[in-house]
Amino acid sequence: MSDTFLGMPAFPQAAARAVRDRQLRANLRHATHTIRDKRARAVAELPDWAELRSAGKAIKDHTLRHLDRYLVQLEEAVTAAGGTVHWAADAEEANRIVAGLVHATGTTEVVKVKSMATQEIGLNEALAAEGVTAYETDLAELIVQLGEDRPSHILVPAIHRNRAEIREIFADRMASWGRPAPEGLTDSPAELAEAARLHLREKFLRAEVAVSGANFMVAETGTLVVVESEGNGRMCLTLPRTLISVVGIEKVVPTWRDLEVFLQLLPRSSTAERMNPYTSLWAGTTRGDGPSEFHLVLLDNGRTAALADQVGRQALRCIRCSACLNVCPVYERAGGHAYGSVYPGPIGAVLTPQLRGTASPVDASLPYASSLCGACYEVCPVAIDIPEVLVHLRERVAEQGGHPVERAAVAAAGYVLDHPAALAAAERLAGRTRALHPRRLPGPGRAWTDSRDLPEVPAEPFRDWWRRNRT
Amino acid sequence: MRVALFATCVNDALFPATAVATVRLLERLGVTVDFPAGQTCCGQPQYNTGYRRACEPLVRRTARAFAGYDHVVTPSGSCVAMVRDNYPRIGARAATEGRGGELTDAATALAPRVIELTEFLVDVLGVEDVGAHFPYTVTYHPSCHGLRMLGLGERPLRLLRAVKGLELVELPGAEECCGFGGTFAVKNAAVSAAMAEDKLANALGTGAQVLCGADNSCLLHLGGTLRRRGDALRPLHLAEILASTEEHPWRPS
Repeated sequence: MSDTFLGMPAFPQAAARAVRDRQLRANLRHATHTIRDKRARAVAELPDWAELRSAGKAIKDHTLRHLDRYLVQLEEAVTAAGGTVHWAADAEEANRIVAGLVHATGTTEVVKVKSMATQEIGLNEALAAEGVTAYETDLAELIVQLGEDRPSHILVPAIHRNRAEIREIFADRMASWGRPAPEGLTDSPAELAEAARLHLREKFLRAEVAVSGANFMVAETGTLVVVESEGNGRMCLTLPRTLISVVGIEKVVPTWRDLEVFLQLLPRSSTAERMNPYTSLWAGTTRGDGPSEFHLVLLDNGRTAALADQVGRQALRCIRCSACLNVCPVYERAGGHAYGSVYPGPIGAVLTPQLRGTASPVDASLPYASSLCGACYEVCPVAIDIPEVLVHLRERVAEQGGHPVERAAVAAAGYVLDHPAALAAAERLAGRTRALHPRRLPGPGRAWTDSRDLPEVPAEPFRDWWRRNRT
Repeated sequence: MRVALFATCVNDALFPATAVATVRLLERLGVTVDFPAGQTCCGQPQYNTGYRRACEPLVRRTARAFAGYDHVVTPSGSCVAMVRDNYPRIGARAATEGRGGELTDAATALAPRVIELTEFLVDVLGVEDVGAHFPYTVTYHPSCHGLRMLGLGERPLRLLRAVKGLELVELPGAEECCGFGGTFAVKNAAVSAAMAEDKLANALGTGAQVLCGADNSCLLHLGGTLRRRGDALRPLHLAEILASTEEHPWRPS
């Protein structure tokens, strides 16, 4: 993934810093609660939501089970429609392919459609190293790029920024990337949008190459689908001569008919809209209409390994709607940056450790970045049981020997809990010594007593009351 | 009717008053209660922290302890969810790891018989008015596992509404997690504390005297925070409210 995330601290440390940022917490609380409530209303409108959710899950599971077949079918259909298909095993290979394709056109600039896959592989940084400038054209991605910032949300990557900050970024930074912000720019949403429109229009009209991802790829027809709100994606997909799409292999669906399910699930879950404003669909190239050259880069980058995991593979059903972020009480307080990945929130906590592994401190801490409250699973439009996958990944981290003290405690507890007499003795000892218990614990126990008192240990455990009163 | 009480380790060791209240409540409703002494812990903390194999002896032990009872009544939604949702998973994983079907057999024999207290009262006994008297203002926090995994829905509220003298006030943002989450409370202490702070701001805003829950682990976290802050709001398990009568009123321990 993007090297801007390398060397991140583990989640608890990053989250603790974010929690202390009162302004950030207020911004996130307002934003997540607004979209959360809107989503609930948009979903409640559909009497067959539960059936749609089951259908979405079933289509994805079926496709993943036969992924080899559908990917080959997709390649054939895209090729027949005039496109060229490339296979990339990892981020480095995908970046090399894209850079080569851009170099072949002779240009040093590309415009970009908002895409998680290209962020995952750090494409912008890789292109920059090859002398190619990639311009983000999604409004929120533009804010992140101009601010030399990192995305903190899948759908709304600048969710952590407020209007005043955005105005400042535009006024300060637009000039060094192209058309400057208008004089006397205020922080009114209309003025900010107009500034972005003018700045981006120049890029759209000049660009010879566009890079996109895709929300879906239809195997039977070779059709790619991009779903968006702003229409900036449509500009990129239609104006340049060359279009390069980098898409994760799990984005394929078998038939055109399957889109009927996902084009209902995705907008309502993601922006709480009945239908998104722009849905662009294309297959290969069409003479005299849109790009004359089309390349599809199919990206693995850890997906096949995730597919091999019987519990973890359900994360590959994800359609990147971000409903799980918007309901997550941990995301709401920790913010997106604490997850150290372009995929924050609950889905990031199950996806990132599967795509990147659990070797780094931040990746090993992600499966624990949840209270397992289950709100994410409840809203997931493809029914990913995120708590189940989190616990499964915790097992992977525990087995790699990450927490020796904890492991010893579990082993000791294991003995006591399998010997009721030992448990009773321990409970009585705690009861008899209760006058001596401190209010605050030293060492690791401080994590509890920094904000909470310890419970008062009762004079006798329940099992002793039972013996005295009922036997 | 004879049932087994699965007190749970948290109640046995730290909240015996909840288990005693459950016994008294059930006996008042004509139920004979047994406490099989072989029970200890369902294994939820270990399982949710990533130590699945450490739970296997507890699956066997819990299944053995409650063999022969049609209803294993449990005053903790999260422990019921552990048995219902995760015991079968533990069994299935052991089988795929080539260790046979013994744990699956234990899990499938036990899981359908373990029942959360409010489910037992409303669904099995068919009562909502349990004859309780509790003259306080109460707000109810539905713990996540009871709310989302068991789908307890309105059951706890229907029981509370039938309590004489009790004024029930709605908790804003009730469905939001309190931030306990087992070892999450220490592994991500800052976020956990921030979640408790927001939950308690909502609870204190109701003006209630009592913060009622059906899972003492969440109340351990919220109650510990309340005591540290010196707030007068009193955390209390639902069973203790339902056990309280005019003749034998609840008294703060």
